[in-house]
This record gives sequence, structure tokens and C-alpha cells, in this order.
Amino acid sequence: MSEPLLQVENLKKYYPIKSGGFGKVSETVRAVDGVSFSVQEGETLGIVGESGCGKSTTGRMIMRLIEPTEGKIVFNGKNLMDLSKGEMRKARKDIQMIFQDPFASLNPRHTVGHIIEEPMIVHKMGDRKQRQKRVEELLELVGLSAYHAGRYPHQFSGGQRQRIGIARALAVRPKVIIADEPVSALDVSVQSQVLNLLKDLQKQFNLTYIFIAHDLSVVRHISDRVGVMYLGKIVELSESENLYNHPNHPYTKALLSAVPVPDPEVKTQRIILQGDVPSPAHPPAGCTFHDRCPVAMDICSKERPHLKKLDDGRMVSCHLFH
Amino acid sequence: MSQATQAKPEQYIVKDKSPMIMAINDFWKAFRKNKPAIAGSIIVAFFVLLAIFANFITPQGINDQNIGIRLQPPSAAHWFGTDDFGRDIFSRIIFGARLSLRVGFLAVIGSIIVGTFLGVIAGYFGKFLDVLISRAFDILLAFPSILLSIAIVAILGPSLNNALVAIAIVNVPVFGRLVRSRVLTVKEEEYVVAARSIGMGDMRIIFHHVLPNSFAPIIVQGTLNIATAILDAAGLGFLGMGAQAPLPEWGKMLSDSREYIQNAPWTVLFPGLAIVLVVVGFNLIGDGLRDALDPRMKN
Amino acid sequence: MLYYSVKRLLMLIPVLLGMTLIVFGIIHAIPGNPALTILGTKATPEAIHSLNKSLGLDNPWYVQYFSYLKDILSGNLGTSIQTNSPISSEIWPHLAATIELSFVAMIIAVFVGINAGIISAWKQNSFLDYTAMILALIGVSMPVFWLGLLEQWGFSIKLQWLPSIGRDDIRNSVNPITNLYLIDTLLQGRFDQFWMVIRHLILPAIALATIPTAIIARMTRSSMLEVLKSDYIRTAKAKGQRMIWIVYKYALKNAFIPILTVIGLQTGLLLGGAILTETIFGWPGVGLYIYNAIQYRDYPVIQSGILVIAFIFVMVNFIVDLLYGLFDPRIKYR
Repeated sequence: MSEPLLQVENLKKYYPIKSGGFGKVSETVRAVDGVSFSVQEGETLGIVGESGCGKSTTGRMIMRLIEPTEGKIVFNGKNLMDLSKGEMRKARKDIQMIFQDPFASLNPRHTVGHIIEEPMIVHKMGDRKQRQKRVEELLELVGLSAYHAGRYPHQFSGGQRQRIGIARALAVRPKVIIADEPVSALDVSVQSQVLNLLKDLQKQFNLTYIFIAHDLSVVRHISDRVGVMYLGKIVELSESENLYNHPNHPYTKALLSAVPVPDPEVKTQRIILQGDVPSPAHPPAGCTFHDRCPVAMDICSKERPHLKKLDDGRMVSCHLFH
Repeated sequence: MSQATQAKPEQYIVKDKSPMIMAINDFWKAFRKNKPAIAGSIIVAFFVLLAIFANFITPQGINDQNIGIRLQPPSAAHWFGTDDFGRDIFSRIIFGARLSLRVGFLAVIGSIIVGTFLGVIAGYFGKFLDVLISRAFDILLAFPSILLSIAIVAILGPSLNNALVAIAIVNVPVFGRLVRSRVLTVKEEEYVVAARSIGMGDMRIIFHHVLPNSFAPIIVQGTLNIATAILDAAGLGFLGMGAQAPLPEWGKMLSDSREYIQNAPWTVLFPGLAIVLVVVGFNLIGDGLRDALDPRMKN
Repeated sequence: MLYYSVKRLLMLIPVLLGMTLIVFGIIHAIPGNPALTILGTKATPEAIHSLNKSLGLDNPWYVQYFSYLKDILSGNLGTSIQTNSPISSEIWPHLAATIELSFVAMIIAVFVGINAGIISAWKQNSFLDYTAMILALIGVSMPVFWLGLLEQWGFSIKLQWLPSIGRDDIRNSVNPITNLYLIDTLLQGRFDQFWMVIRHLILPAIALATIPTAIIARMTRSSMLEVLKSDYIRTAKAKGQRMIWIVYKYALKNAFIPILTVIGLQTGLLLGGAILTETIFGWPGVGLYIYNAIQYRDYPVIQSGILVIAFIFVMVNFIVDLLYGLFDPRIKYR
């Protein structure tokens, strides 16, 4: 395997909770607790998990939109954590983001043309005329029309708005795109259109995607590899098909059992998890999943498992495989 | 959906109305129905016109003294009568509109600029600066505003311009707090996060995304504060801490003529009426703007 | 509740410290040498130097600030240049006069304002409502000093009903005990004087009360309008309770929180307005004390006067904050 384009090592985000009004830190919320993965050029890495598991925080930390508490983000051989604020801003040219809410992520006061042009202005690309030409190209590229440039976001449907968001992300010719639940706010009928668009664009421009979602079926459709997160940690990471056909971690199994299957003949056994996701301020000792795990053992409440590579290249964090 | 837009593009090239223009249209529709606000606009427009064309309107010079006709009651020649120097009160009040409106507008614009600056720093950059600035606002707001203006004028020396500066300073925390809370809200909007994600710098985010979305409440508060600024300036003038003789400032005119109230009540009546009228005007506009622009600010 | 009060009290400390710093800074920012101001222009350089030294003015500013702070904490508010007597003892009669005036004004404002607001809301869009709201609008737009002058002209000069100057008649002055004359005259059983004090209070109190009355009326009206539309009022009406009973009992209780806030904020306006009102009516309160000090450039008095008023304002708001809990059980003190 060649050198990965993006490598994340032991990324952490802890939020102190102050109480008592005297600035005393009484608790720490471990939103993301030691996440590591790497992404190859042209690959799509899916990250799935329930809401609040830290997947969006992870995505935003890669761009340092949220400042990590600890960890390394190596992009193209450079550790992004070493960059100054100004250098990081420039570095964002190569890593762009697509947001979940296509209504909130576009400034309602700006025209679509201006929204797409703005990244190029910020990164001082081309003159006004060239930029406008590129805006028109980008609009066509994402399946809209050049004349849409003069319109405002509120005049578009959700799917169209998400295309505008994609065009904005593409404007500065990035290498990596972090897509933070890009289709979860859209109608199911529109979801696949947007997903197909993303796939086409990836082929055309050799893009690398980090695709964050809570919906396993969406991720399966687009990802080469998938990481499953639970309470700020990756519990399983492997090739997409492998993960779906032979899940290892009990949590992955539970998640997969909840995915509806289109064939009514197939009987799946639904695994219902007990209890709720624990608060990240008070994660259970040992394996953070042990209190809900259907196959928990004694060791699980005592010792914390680590992400370990199995023989077939899959990575699992579970005592069953140690 | 993309297929639906394959029709001849040319026929769709209509310059769409911007949300700004649509917002203005909506606002105008709401404002127009608000009769008190329209009345207020007419009053203020009337005073603004008086102030602009004061030179052409006034029958007499503001400082033309004529002891022979001192303290005369209102008449055809002197609509509002004359004061103790025989000056025409009507002319002086019209020129006074200039002074009061100038103080009102400039003081509020000044405090909006400084307050916005500090509010943005506190709200956007947060942390230590936020604590420092917010505490400073708390402390300044702990003083009754007229007392603080008096104290500031005591430092700067009594004059109309110093009164203006004092009133501006006193109003800074009002706008500072307002802008800070708006910035805190807008900062969390996803389009601001999106702006950061494309590598946009803080200044551009503030000027292109945060401030334009914080505008409405500032305008409302600004209009209401012009009213109080005019009142405060007149109060300072009355105490001898504002405009000095022979400026025809309304508050100063009141304090100069109060000893003649027994025999020449018109010398006291008309400057006060002028203050009430112009302040009522701004208050009406402010209330109307609030209802039209920001229904949540209604109390 | 106790924990909350203590916490709020602790949070006051930085504000109070900041206030002293500002007041201290103002005096030190005033151009000119205080020693020169005290001694007059004919003073010899030696005299100025020695006074500077005795006042501690040759020390760096922070040393001066801390000694100033120490003075304040020990109750020493400085010495008046004009009378050469300690301000802390001189200010009390003035403070009492201001408190008496403000208190009466606040009672007028609350009583008239709340009732006007309730009636306006109850009879929404009636002639009564419009009249009240137009009066309220004029009230918030009224320069206090002008209203005071008009009152004097109408009720003192023309009608000669009420006195226009001072707290009492010069030939029949009240013998001060607490310096709150309403109480003093009652304590001494001088009901004739009590009546005299009230007559003196009426005009300045009305002038001072105008703006707060107008604001409280507007505020009461809008919060009452909201409450009157709510379900439990409709239920009460459906049960056949009398409207006047409903309005005053149920609605007022719930409309009280916003009104309380306004009252807290208006205290500042009241204390600020006192300086204008007291000047016009020759009312010997802190406002007039400060006004006279300004004329004489008596900076220690200006400094301490402003500080005392700001302190009262802060404390009133602190008390209002605590009172919230009494009127709204939903507010939990943590």
C-alpha cells in the first residue's frame, strides 16, 4: 500500500464542564476519545454511528474547525496540527466540507453565484471573469444550470441546495472532501441522486471522501471502507463488503440488524440493545459498550479493549477477538 | 429535478429579487400599516427639514438681540415670542433642531460603531476578551446614564460636543451587549461554520456573514436611543453641562429662561414642546421598526 | 436560596470594584491639579507640594487607588473642598432626602403605571386604552426638567396650591431624626408638619415619577395582554368568576416578573432623574448635592456622590433579582 493521503492518529476532543461558577472543572466530556484511521487517495472512508458518538466532531476536527485536544492529522506528509491559524486556513483549500443541513449552511443573503465564488475569492484564484466562468461550469457539473447563479438559496429545493453546497466545496479543487451527513436531511428519492453525483465527481476528479452518516445503507452505497464509532471511539473498521457481510463487533452486528432488508423473504434476527447510550461524561469502565453488549464477558467491565488488526485486515476493538 | 431545468435557459434569466429587497418590501408592508410609526416618521422628517433649511425659514437671526422687545408674548412678528435678550424664540428653536438632531444622530452612530466593534470582539473571539469586555459593560451599565455623562463632561469640560461624546460613551454598552448576543447566535449558524471550512478569514466572516445578519436589532435600538440621546443632551444643557450660551440648544434655552417663567411662560413652553415632539417622533418610529423588523423584541 | 444569594453577592464584587475604579479614574482624568483647585490660584509652589504630599498625590496611581479603596471600605468618603467637612457625614441628610423622594415617586409610578396598564389591556383598543397609551408615549418622551418647570408654573405660581421649593418651609423646618421627614414628623407627633412635608413632596415626586410610570404602564399592558389570552384565564372566565377579580388576582401575579424587572431598571433612571428634579425643585438630595459640587468644582463630592448612587442602583437590582423567586416559583435557585 502506498503512503496514505490523510492519516489521523489518536484524535481526541475533551470538553471540560464547569460547575459551581468558580471555573472549577468538575467533569470532562470525552466527545472523541482516541480515533485513528488513514485514507488512501481516491478512496471513500465511511464513518457511521448513532448521533452523539463523535463522528461529526471527528470530521470537523480534521479541518480544525473544532480544535482537537490531542492527536495528529497528517495530510500529504504534513501534520496539520503544527500549522498556524493562517496556514491552516490556506490548507483548507485542499480539504473541503459538505454540510448536513442544506438550508442552514448557505447564507440566505448571498446569491448562489456568490456562495460558490466565495472560496475562490478567499483563496485568490483567478480574476473575476475566470471565477464567474468557473461558477457556471461548477453549476453545470453538479446538475444545475449556469443561469441559477443569480438566484438565492431559498429559491431552491433541498436537493438542489445540497448540489450548491457540493459546487462550493469543489470550487477550489480540493483533494479531500469531508461529507458530514450530506443526504440525511434530504428526501429518500433525492438521496440517491446526490449520492450518485458524489460518486461521479469522485471518479472524474480522483477525489477522496470521508463520508459521515448515521445510516448504514447510505454508507454502504458509497464507501470503500467503513469505520463504526461508539461513544467517541472506533469499534470496528474494515472493507465495506466485509463489514456488511461479516460484522465482527457486537455493536456493528446490532446496527446492521436494524437495517431494513428489501427482500421480505429474508428473515433477519433483530438484535435489540438494552438501555441507552451512556453519557460521554461518564463512560462505563472497561469496554464502553459492555453494559449494553449481549455477549459481554467478565473482562469487558474491567479492561478496555484496543483496536486490533485481525488476520484478514479488519480492525476490531473487542475482547472476543483478542 | 435537474432534468426539469433543461428548458431554454434564456427565458429564465430574470434578475431575481434579492432577499434584502424582499425583506425591505415585507418590512415596508408591515411598517406602512403602523399608523403611529408613519406619524413618527412625519414628525421626524418635519424636524429634519427644519434643520436643513433653517437659514431660509427663520424670520430673524438667532442671535439678533433687541433689548427693546425683550420677553414679548407670541405675536405675528414673533410666533413664539421673544426671550430676555429680545431674540426671536421661533428662530432659535428652528436652529436648535439642528443641534439636537446632530447630537442624537452622531452620538448614536458613534456608540453603534464602538459598541459593534467591542461586541464583535467579545462575541466572536470570546474567552478572556469576552470576560473583560462584558464585565466592563456591566460596570458601565451600573451607573445611571445621566450621572455617568455628567462625570464624563466633568472631565472633558462643559460643551455641546463633549456632551455628545459623553452620551455616545454611555450608550456604547447598550449596543455592545446587543451585538455580542447577536454575534453569539449567528456564529453558531451553519453557514458561518461553512465559511470557516472554505478557509475564510475572521474579518471576512464578520463583515460578510455575521454583521449583515445582525443588522435589524441594531437599527431598532438605534432609533430608540436617538430619542434618549436628545433627552439627555437637553438635560445636560439644562444643567449647564452641555451647550453653552449663546447656542440655541433647547435644554440650555429652558435653563436660561426658567427665571422668567412667571411673567413670560412662553419662553419655557416652546423649547420644551419642541423636545417632546421630536422625541415622541423617534420613539414612534422605533416602536414601529421593532414591530416590523423584529417581532421577538416586542415586550 | 441562600446559596444563590451568596453567589449573586459574590458576583457583585467585581462590579463594585470596577465602579470604584471608574469613579477614581474620572477624578484623576480631570485636567488640572487638585491641590491647585483646593488652594486656589494664588497658592505658593511649596504649599501645593506639601498638600500634594499630604493627599498622597505624589504616589503612583495604583497606590493612590488602593488607599482610596481602603478609605471607602472604612466608610471614609473624603472631605468636601467647599465645606471642609467629611462627606460621609455630610451626605446622609442628602441621601435621605433622595431616598424619600425616589421612594414616593416609585410608589406613584407603580400604582399608577400598573393600574393604567391593566385597564389598558383589559379594555384593549378602547378610547381609554388609546388615551392611556398616548399619555404613556408622551411620558417617556418628556424631559423631566421641563415637566417640573410647568408644574411649578401651574400649581405654585398660577394656582398657588403647592410649594415649589425645598422639603419644608424655612420658618417651620422639620427637626431631623432619621432625616426621612415623613417618618420624623410622625415620630414627633407633628401632623401639621407631616402634611407640610407631603405638600412639598407632591410636585417633585410627580415629575420624577413620570417616565417610570409611563414605562411601567406600557410594560404592564403588553404582559397583561399575553396573560389575558392564556387558557387558565379563559377557564376562570368560563367558571363565571368576575372579570375584575380574575384580572387582579390571576393575571397580575403572572405579569409581575417583567414588571419587577422594569422596576429594577427604572430605579437607575429614577436616581439619575433625581439630579434634574432636585435641581429644579431645590430638593436638598444627593442630586442637588452633586449639582452644587459641580458648580464649585468640588471633585471629592462629585466622586462620592456618583459612587453612592451607583451603589444603591446595584443593590436595588440585586434585591430585585432575589425577589424574582418570590413571585415566580418556576425560578429555581441553584
